[in-house]
Amino acid sequence: MGIKELLINGHQGGLDHTGLSPLQKVTLRFVVIGLIFYGVAAIEGMIMRGHEITPLPLMTDEHFFAIMTAHPIVGIFGSTYLLVFGAFTFLVPYLMKKPLFSIKLANFTWGIMTAGTVLVWLSGFIFHYAPLYTIYWPLPVDFQQFSVAGATMFVIGIAFIMIGTLGFIFNTYATVFYTPKGQKKQPIKPLLMSAFGIDGFLNIVNKIRGKEPYVKEPPLSLPLVAIFRGTVDTFLDALVILAAGILILFFIGNQVFQWGLHYHAVDALLYKNIFWWGLDLIADGLVLIYVAGTWYLLAMLITGRNLFMQNIARAALLLELIVSWAVWSHHLLSDQPQPEIMKLASGEMITAFELITQGLAFFITLTTLWLARPLKMTNELKFLLGGLLGFALAVPAGIIQADLGMNRLLHNTQWVAGAHFHVAILVGLTMTLYSAIYILFPILTNKSVKLYSQRLANWHFWLHLIGGIGMGAFMGMAGIDGMLRRHVYTEGEFMLYMIPAGIFGAMLLLAWFIFMFNIIATIGLKGLIGIFKPSKIDKEVVVPEPATAMQKG
Amino acid sequence: MTTTTEVLWTLKVVYTIYAFAIMSLIAWFAYRVTKRPESYKTWLTPKVFYTYLAILVVIGVGIHILTYNKIPWVAWELKKHKIPADRVIEVQIKNHQFIFPEETPITINCGEVVKFNVTSADLTYGFGLFRPDHTMVFQMQVVPGHNNELLWQFHEEGTFYVLSTEYSGPKGARMKAPDAFRVVNCEQKVSQGRE
Repeated sequence: MGIKELLINGHQGGLDHTGLSPLQKVTLRFVVIGLIFYGVAAIEGMIMRGHEITPLPLMTDEHFFAIMTAHPIVGIFGSTYLLVFGAFTFLVPYLMKKPLFSIKLANFTWGIMTAGTVLVWLSGFIFHYAPLYTIYWPLPVDFQQFSVAGATMFVIGIAFIMIGTLGFIFNTYATVFYTPKGQKKQPIKPLLMSAFGIDGFLNIVNKIRGKEPYVKEPPLSLPLVAIFRGTVDTFLDALVILAAGILILFFIGNQVFQWGLHYHAVDALLYKNIFWWGLDLIADGLVLIYVAGTWYLLAMLITGRNLFMQNIARAALLLELIVSWAVWSHHLLSDQPQPEIMKLASGEMITAFELITQGLAFFITLTTLWLARPLKMTNELKFLLGGLLGFALAVPAGIIQADLGMNRLLHNTQWVAGAHFHVAILVGLTMTLYSAIYILFPILTNKSVKLYSQRLANWHFWLHLIGGIGMGAFMGMAGIDGMLRRHVYTEGEFMLYMIPAGIFGAMLLLAWFIFMFNIIATIGLKGLIGIFKPSKIDKEVVVPEPATAMQKG
Repeated sequence: MTTTTEVLWTLKVVYTIYAFAIMSLIAWFAYRVTKRPESYKTWLTPKVFYTYLAILVVIGVGIHILTYNKIPWVAWELKKHKIPADRVIEVQIKNHQFIFPEETPITINCGEVVKFNVTSADLTYGFGLFRPDHTMVFQMQVVPGHNNELLWQFHEEGTFYVLSTEYSGPKGARMKAPDAFRVVNCEQKVSQGRE
């Protein structure tokens, strides 16, 4: 079979999309768009890596920072959010064995989030709007550097993304709590207790007191608890980002209609505190909780066993709720007007609990796998181990910079960008998501397709793992040696680090191309297009018969 | 006196060792998890779990106690309202330009306790001192509408340049004040690096 035919029809006939339920199709739409945006973010990243090695011709500072602004928004909201939302839109009804509350809302969610991400990207591409993702006040309304049109397009794009996020949250909560026709109504209180992990905590208390467990079979499985808990942070984060958007919109109006308000009317430090409180709910709340939940789910699916120390895991998710709301000050350790008590309590000590909560999830997941030996080294297992390794590298790097002494030397350096959050996102989070994709792939496709090439899957794994860690390591070392993350260097000051970082970055991009080729060769472009065609199966069906059998199995 | 160079070198060594250790652990795990165990009796008991938990707590809190005791500028930061400064250097930033109170390089004596008070007239900036080899001496954020004060005591003789360590739009992407400060009368000379 020629390459062209392979790509059009897929391996062994490709994906039979006609057998997919509306839920399977909408999930796959999230995944497809998320993977495309990942590629866009990776290409943007490589352009920036190239520019860090030696300034690229025709690349002005305005253009460079417009890419740097779009890059995390495409990568986080366009890719990661869509992949995570897609997986959870499927998993909540699948694990609860009831239909999704609204397929229409799920379709609206990926649609509006895609449109929002494209708008943000265009605001950079066309207007060079570049306040970066941190939008420190008053930079987003500095109309001596940026245009009103660019700012407006950016804010509308972000608003679209957040409206889509709220849609996902509503659909998730509604699916957890609503009672489908013909099913027995479940009382709300135990569901809520379970959703927040309170029942797990009470089980531990009762065990210490020598009493019977508070509940033997919690109504929600552990991954659902993590999804529910992470979604609380997602909701709060969406509110804060929307509020920042409204503030920017207000000052756009001020600029256009000359209302005479000065941007110093907004206190930059207070704004920074509120904004980081919200934004950190993504980084330290949502990501860590969702990831922990996904690890637990993957470990249980891979081993077919219950989780090791699962009551502790439930309680740890409750602890993370409190921790994630109180850690934002580690982003302000170098802000001198920030009160010292905030730096010590929130910035250092409470932040240190993230080492504990993430360390627990790491230990529980590994132990669950270990106790089920021997395991076959499947794609889902190897990517899960890659994801665990990513966080084992990135979380301590973050804890190190969340220290008053170290932050004085590391804040805003390439250490933060490389050793911490790129390793966390690219190796930790993305490899966890690849693991989830591999394990859900047969369920989402009714096992109608066979992976085109295991060899390509292996290449994808190794290139991604080595590329991600290598790039993070060299960026991190450049940061230790003083390289800033948001400064243009023109004299080759850090060339020694930036060349290998660029080579490892290219491996990441190559890994994505290999993965996409393998997936398209597996399902075929016809199957891919078919995902976006309406399903003829009843929307109440979660998964058709073949996948239901797998679920039972 | 511990310098920032020594702290960063220690970080590079310690983190590299940790990174190789954790990668080796996962590689070993990946190999062993595919093998059938000789016995299903396990040492992974709740007791081991709680010991591990305690170790995490000790590391998480201990790192801050360690740096408080070993890194002098942590105490300077926490006690900055009580430590008297030998001199105050006021720097203003406006329109992406550093405005120094006197002609640069400003001379500072070794061991002098200097209070830098940096203010911004418009945007959020950063204020960082760098050695000729580009390693960082210190940095802070400069938030508009506030006094941004930092105490520092220099123990390396040499000339230092200043960069804005925070992004303030494309116009501020190359903000640099070359040879902004010169420290004199120290025994230890600053690293000149690759230049």
